[in-house]
Amino acid sequence: MSPTKIATENLNLFYGDNHALKDVSVKIKERQITSLIGPSGCGKSTFLKTLNRLVDLIADVKITGKVFLGADDIFHSQVDVTLLRSKIGMVFQSPNPFPMSIYDNIAYGPRIHGIKKRVQLDEIVESSLKGAAIWDEVKDRLKKPALSLSGGQQQRLCIARTLAVKPEVILMDEPTSALDPISTMKIEELMSELKRKHTVIIVTHSMQQAARISDFTAFFLNGVVVEYDTTENLFANPKDKRTEDYITGRFG
Amino acid sequence: MTARVTFDQELEDLNDRLIKMGTTVENAIDESIAALKNKDIESARGIIANDRVVDELEKQIEYKCLTLLLRQQPVAKDLRKISTALKIITDMERIGDHAADIAELIIEITDGNVYEATKHILPMTEVVITMVHDSIWAFTKDELELAHEVIARDDIVDNLFADLKLELAEVIRSEKDTGKHALDYLMIAKYLERIADHAVNICEWVEFSQTGKHIVNK
Ligand SMILES: Nc1ncnc2c1ncn2[C@@H]1O[C@H](COP(=O)(O)OP(=O)(O)O)[C@@H](O)[C@H]1O
Ligand SMILES: [Mg+2]
Repeated sequence: MSPTKIATENLNLFYGDNHALKDVSVKIKERQITSLIGPSGCGKSTFLKTLNRLVDLIADVKITGKVFLGADDIFHSQVDVTLLRSKIGMVFQSPNPFPMSIYDNIAYGPRIHGIKKRVQLDEIVESSLKGAAIWDEVKDRLKKPALSLSGGQQQRLCIARTLAVKPEVILMDEPTSALDPISTMKIEELMSELKRKHTVIIVTHSMQQAARISDFTAFFLNGVVVEYDTTENLFANPKDKRTEDYITGRFG
Repeated sequence: MTARVTFDQELEDLNDRLIKMGTTVENAIDESIAALKNKDIESARGIIANDRVVDELEKQIEYKCLTLLLRQQPVAKDLRKISTALKIITDMERIGDHAADIAELIIEITDGNVYEATKHILPMTEVVITMVHDSIWAFTKDELELAHEVIARDDIVDNLFADLKLELAEVIRSEKDTGKHALDYLMIAKYLERIADHAVNICEWVEFSQTGKHIVNK
């Protein structure tokens, strides 16, 4: 059994009166892929955004309970949120490269963290693009605008951009739902690579995708984690009737 | 909910086909036991020829299951039901084979009163027939209790088989004439005992299909 990377304890989140996460207590395993599934609006994205404190940016949010990254309480007053977000990177549904060159997209994060030397940046750009399995496709046009890449390439570029700041955890919110099957397959293959060094949490609307790629799966319903188990158990032999009904398409 | 209508119909159709294969196998074993009682060689030949039908049904169901796995990518109970169907048709096919094996032995046995001489083969056939029938019923109707009962009945068959062996050994020792067929009867009994084992296998798969636990009984 791999050790716990992120642990939440009775995590509750309110958007005003809207109780979006209810007593969520889960232990996310290190260097494993964990899928979050469930109907729209049940709190999956909110859960991800809580883990790297992106929810801090939203007005009128109230949080109770605890979230630990390793041994550290992420809500502790001493926590450097920028550093937290480099440890826990995020990739979104639609690829969002910055309107600058491929090279500058990747160098952006490291530069913010004070890395200025060209050789060092070159090295980070190359290793990050390699880590996101896109190096061979772009190595001859690093100065070209990132927006000239295809959708699937843009998404891998965004993963490379996340890798450039050496994260421990990578959060992905429906990273392939805007992509064609081939690009989706490339990202899925990349995820199995990423898990050698990183803990990956992915929100997906495709049950088949969750079954294909993840080691653990959590089923969210109305802000509650109804069931959380190994992917095999959850899909072959779910314990809760609501999980069974959802994954077999009996509601939702 | 509407997304499931077609899938539910497909599962219903799979169940119907399993019932059909089960009934065909059951008839084969019923008939082979009747042929044994009546020394009906004609009927025994028919059983051997009919085994093709069971093989054909097995192929059709196997294809159906593979198509469902491909198209529906089933999970949870649906996944277990379909994968279980794939295992169960193998057991049903073996039961069919053994019915034909028994039929072949009946053709071999041209004379003899060993059947009358053994007290245990008749009750053995009766228990085996109910086991086959109930195991298929338990699977197609999702009746876990019945599956457990069938599994328990296997001990009766094993005990009868042990007694029958002793009885046949006695026959071989005492009467030289019928002794030559005693071995054929022993083989028939062995096939019956194997058929009961396949019925037990089916019931173990019923348990898996229902609960996700596959417990193998000895
Ligand atoms: N920025 C926000 N402000 C207010 N309410 C929000 C915000 N984001 C999400 N919500 C609400 O929180 C609930 C959970 O949403 P979300 O986490 O996006 O679900 P999911 O990702 O599972 O579709 C929904 O009721 C949604 O309307
Ligand atoms: Mg979402």
